[in-house]
Amino acid sequence: MTGGYLFALVGGLVTLAFMVELLRRRRLREKYAALWIGVAVVVLLGAFFPQIPAWFADLVGVTTPVNLVFFLGLLVLLVVCVQLSGEVSGLEHENQTLAEESALLRNRIETLERHAGLGATEPPVADPGPGGGAAG
Amino acid sequence: MPTPAVQRVLVVLPAWNEEHSLPAVLGEIREHLPDVGVLVVNDGSADATSAVARRHGVPVLDLPFNLGVGGAMRAGFRYAIEQRYDVVVQVDADGQHDPRDVPRIVEQLQHSDIVIGARFAGTGEYDVRGPRRWAMQVLAGTLSRMAGTRLTDTTSGFRGAGPRAVRLFAVHYPAEYLGDTVESLVIALRSGLTVEQIGVSMRERTAGRPSQGPLRATVYLLRACLALLISLTRRRTVVGPAEAVVV
Repeated sequence: MTGGYLFALVGGLVTLAFMVELLRRRRLREKYAALWIGVAVVVLLGAFFPQIPAWFADLVGVTTPVNLVFFLGLLVLLVVCVQLSGEVSGLEHENQTLAEESALLRNRIETLERHAGLGATEPPVADPGPGGGAAG
Repeated sequence: MPTPAVQRVLVVLPAWNEEHSLPAVLGEIREHLPDVGVLVVNDGSADATSAVARRHGVPVLDLPFNLGVGGAMRAGFRYAIEQRYDVVVQVDADGQHDPRDVPRIVEQLQHSDIVIGARFAGTGEYDVRGPRRWAMQVLAGTLSRMAGTRLTDTTSGFRGAGPRAVRLFAVHYPAEYLGDTVESLVIALRSGLTVEQIGVSMRERTAGRPSQGPLRATVYLLRACLALLISLTRRRTVVGPAEAVVV
């Protein structure tokens, strides 16, 4: 076993342990950790049995197995980025709905307070956001 | 269809940092439109927009942070449904729309689900050129063909929504950047709603600076074209325009 494969072996084990630990502490949701655990397992397999990446590279017609590994690595990262963009879009959508809902509820509370003869409330302080400005 | 006499009309003013122009606009609406409901949607303003509106005794929705016009308007449509308004007219809080045009828009809503107050349709003058003009022409051409009627000013923020459009928009108003103008029309047309325009005159803003310089306006319109292309490739909104929308 060459040093390179040993390096991959250690890397895969550390990733796997890290993911399991994050899951155990509930820092990471299962749906995000699953992919990384999968990646770590694949790396481990390749490190234990170097003939697997070699065989696979031969199968798909890539001369150097390492190039295949690079290619697959980039592909995985791309998929993860797109998936995260999708998750963020979903969160923004939910965030907007919550903001609208909170504004509508505040309005109803103020109306109720007025009918109940309570004093007028001061307008809420807006959150300037991290940039201080606003989007679009 | 209810007659105009019993139709409840709500004027929604999406306002982002408009404390200086808001008093004049609210005053004009009170003067010329005594029978309509007014709602100011304070879109996360950093100034006294909300306080100014409250001083005028107008209901205010305070969004906790800036959502953009699309988000502000969807909140407005939801409020309209909660408060049982039939018709919503969007008017800019910066004073460039004349509230005296609102009754004409409301009247036209008897025949169409959405009525756009268009800047190029005869009255008033409004001149643009260059890429901005081409982008506007592309938008207008495509949407006119979809609507089956001539639409010249598809990015106008002066527009009225009839009962069917209010119900649709309370659920499906696009909150994305640009979505509030072009994409909302695509959604409406694909859901079988009808769109028309009437000519209105635009005025100079009463206070504050315009939100867009020429360059930003051009980028805005090019992005609007992209948004149009994408929304055209989407599937039709599954929800029916009137009955199926859950309120």
